[in-house]
Amino acid sequence: MIIVLLLVLPLLASLLLFTGKLGKHSRDFALIASLVEFAVALVAGYAFTFADNKILNLSLNLKQLLDIDIIIYIDSISLMMVMLTSLLIPIIIASNNNREVRNHNFYALILLMQMALIGVFTASEMILFYIFWELALMPVFLITAIWGGEDRKRISVKFLIYTVVGSFAMLIAILYLYTLTSPHSFSFESFYQLKLPYSVQVPVFLAFFLAFAIKIPLFPFHSWQAETYNVSPVQGSMFMAGIMLKMGLYGIIRFILPICPDVVAGGSLIFLPLILFGVIYGAIIAIRQPKLKKMIAFVSLSHVGIIALGLLSNNQYGIEGAILQMFSHGVNVVGFFLCYQMIVIRTGTDIISDLGGIASSAPRFATIFLIIVLANVALPFTNSFVGEFLILLGLFQSNVYIGVIAGLTIILGAVYMLKMYQQVMYGPQTIATQKFADLTTGEIMLFVPIIICIFWVGISPSFVLQLLQSAVN
Amino acid sequence: MYAIITISIVAIIVLFFGAIQKKAPLLPIIYVGLPLAFLLHLLEWNKNIHYYNEMYIADNFSIAFNGVLIFTTLLVFIFAPVYYKPVNRPLEDIYALILFALVGGLIMTGFGNLLMLFVGIETLSLSLYILAGSKKFDPNSNEAAMKYFLTGSFASGFLLFGIALLYGASGSMNLEEIKQYVILHQANMPGMLTIGLILVAIGMSFKIGAAPFHFWAPDVYEGSPTLITTFMATVGKVAAIAAFFRLMQSSFGEVESIWKVTLTIFAIATILIGNLSAFYQDNVKRMFAYSGIAHAGYMLIAIIALKQEASGVLLLYSISYTIATITAFAVLILVREETGTFSIKAFNGLSKHNPTEAFAMTIAMLSLAGIPPLVGFAAKYNLFVSAIEQGNLPLVIVAIIGSMISVYYYIRPVIAMYANEPSATSAIDSSSNYKKQIILAAFLMIVLGLIPGVIVNLI
Repeated sequence: MIIVLLLVLPLLASLLLFTGKLGKHSRDFALIASLVEFAVALVAGYAFTFADNKILNLSLNLKQLLDIDIIIYIDSISLMMVMLTSLLIPIIIASNNNREVRNHNFYALILLMQMALIGVFTASEMILFYIFWELALMPVFLITAIWGGEDRKRISVKFLIYTVVGSFAMLIAILYLYTLTSPHSFSFESFYQLKLPYSVQVPVFLAFFLAFAIKIPLFPFHSWQAETYNVSPVQGSMFMAGIMLKMGLYGIIRFILPICPDVVAGGSLIFLPLILFGVIYGAIIAIRQPKLKKMIAFVSLSHVGIIALGLLSNNQYGIEGAILQMFSHGVNVVGFFLCYQMIVIRTGTDIISDLGGIASSAPRFATIFLIIVLANVALPFTNSFVGEFLILLGLFQSNVYIGVIAGLTIILGAVYMLKMYQQVMYGPQTIATQKFADLTTGEIMLFVPIIICIFWVGISPSFVLQLLQSAVN
Repeated sequence: MYAIITISIVAIIVLFFGAIQKKAPLLPIIYVGLPLAFLLHLLEWNKNIHYYNEMYIADNFSIAFNGVLIFTTLLVFIFAPVYYKPVNRPLEDIYALILFALVGGLIMTGFGNLLMLFVGIETLSLSLYILAGSKKFDPNSNEAAMKYFLTGSFASGFLLFGIALLYGASGSMNLEEIKQYVILHQANMPGMLTIGLILVAIGMSFKIGAAPFHFWAPDVYEGSPTLITTFMATVGKVAAIAAFFRLMQSSFGEVESIWKVTLTIFAIATILIGNLSAFYQDNVKRMFAYSGIAHAGYMLIAIIALKQEASGVLLLYSISYTIATITAFAVLILVREETGTFSIKAFNGLSKHNPTEAFAMTIAMLSLAGIPPLVGFAAKYNLFVSAIEQGNLPLVIVAIIGSMISVYYYIRPVIAMYANEPSATSAIDSSSNYKKQIILAAFLMIVLGLIPGVIVNLI
């Protein structure tokens, strides 16, 4: 029952918001709804931890009415993604400060998106999954197209075309696999039981990989990403970087690993080196990037590339680390975007060379920003350290060359992060940063959950890893 | 049968009131008459009655499709007062012709004899030829009527010739008897029957607007009065598709090999040409003409791949296409009234002044594009799965590529409505009745998208 509540609650709240009856209170209502949703997710997590078989599921046979069977299933991977979603959405909503008055539809779309994302992470029936997958696309597209910055039309359409192409490739693969199941069924179970010959696995892998690689995005399908992150309102960027791209990674875990094991074991065709190239490429561009928001986009490109490498490393450590890193990356990148937003609100610019000396006038902000920067650099005792360490370990065991080159990105990461931090926070103050006010208590509250996650996962990851172990096996 | 009789009577009453120059009672009579006709039709549900030596068959298939046709026509009539606001005369001729065209459509869904098929098609088409030219002083409208008439009668000629050959080969025009003949002679089919079948298929493809017989559609759609285009694009198309489906499945289901390749080529060409041409249109009305062609292609897949038991899938597809198209046209009529153009720019910033209409238009566009969880997705999903189960994977892949292309042009009005600055300075007035219908249609697209099983398992 709790799963149904998880899905229905944001949907109802979103519908209520769409009517526009709440007027000025839309933001507060959305915030409360998302906090209630987080509480429900915590209860679900509690129920999960104490369930006997570590699985919550729900299966409704509604073929006559709905034409599809509703099969919803939560294992530890799903749970982690649901937790991530329901944790980040209150932060995303609250980060929309009162200075920019946004229409009630904005919040309605965010909650609709939440419902779709939770659906993606819990569905255990192909068509149900596909429905949620596509449903999750529309709100973020509309948020970018309506509330975005300059040139938003062209960029949002580009984003839409990219993702739709990927989705349809996935749909073809799903329908094709469906013809192979006997008796015909769309449930994940029946797909997992297919033992495909290698020659069939290759096209299926390509179709799925195209869909996920565009969503994540991985090199060479990334060209929508930097522009879209840049033009979207910061809440939209948080959504895309924090949660939406995890859909693609989640898809790799759910489909590519179990359905095409031989292709993954054989090195994923030519894609490992390509992804690796993308990782290095993102890091190098991030070093030279003059604008903070675009820099975050390229940093994200580099980081998720490492996660994808971990997933495709065909090694247990790599996969475990990657799943943990999916959670950590979501938290860290949202924290990063929050810092970006604080800077932009106060100074009105995000060009790195226009900033400087913020630390002297805003010590609290400097501390928090430093923690988030270090978490992104994967310093020990922060959450990324555990994940990236495991991923690199896995990569070394499966392919030493890739492991060595991937290890380089840790150095590159330290270069671009610390260089950026130094330029923005230290040095002489500029015109833009002269009157930089420190964080208010309300703003600090936004960072509290993020910082808790950073240290909690960083210091005692074993709790999470134990949960994951059974699912990975 | 009752429906056909009732609607004919309503049409004659409408003509009568027009003759004595009474305007007020026309629309109320129609608003009562059409649902009444459908209710009477429902009395025949599950009875499978054959009328007049199997000339007309009232089975669940025809009743369900007739329901779609009747309610679509009702919606067209609900939008009529807004469209014809500047006109002062009673308009009985136009209303009666629409009703007669509907009667033709009703005959087409339930024919049991090839003659009835021809009668139905001609009743529908002749009314549409006149309606297309009903804006007498507009040269475009005249051009549309002339083009439609010339090409349409040419296609009717093909159809009639094909029917004659079928009769010559099998000695009957009755669907059931033709089926018996086909089963008996399955091994060596007479050439006359094969040629007859292909000619009939060509005639029908013309009527549904399938490539390579689609050239009339864009010009006719563009030139005709918008309300008539709406009717043409929904009732005309759905009736023709239902008739085509009935013909192929009830008589020639056993000899797929003769027509399957031809129709598959038609379907692939239709989907690609429709979608690729719609891609470049700046005129929304023309875009809908091409999108209608593309959807005819998807519905051809149903004819190729579905068995008669699965006709619910075609019904769902027809409903999803009809509701979305009529909603989109309803908004288009309003927008055109305000801005005087059909260009996509007319939609700029519609969401600022008319959020309701913009929302409904968005839902309609997304449904046509097949985005979940709207009914358009449910329809496409059901269609593709059924087709794949019959082993038509390549065809479905083409269809999916087509849908992919269509997302781009369906999203353009949405972008224009939400992201562009408004071109009109004030809100477009629409009666509350009009607004309610649009909202109802949008609501239906969402609800049916959630419970498509109800429709699929209906017949």
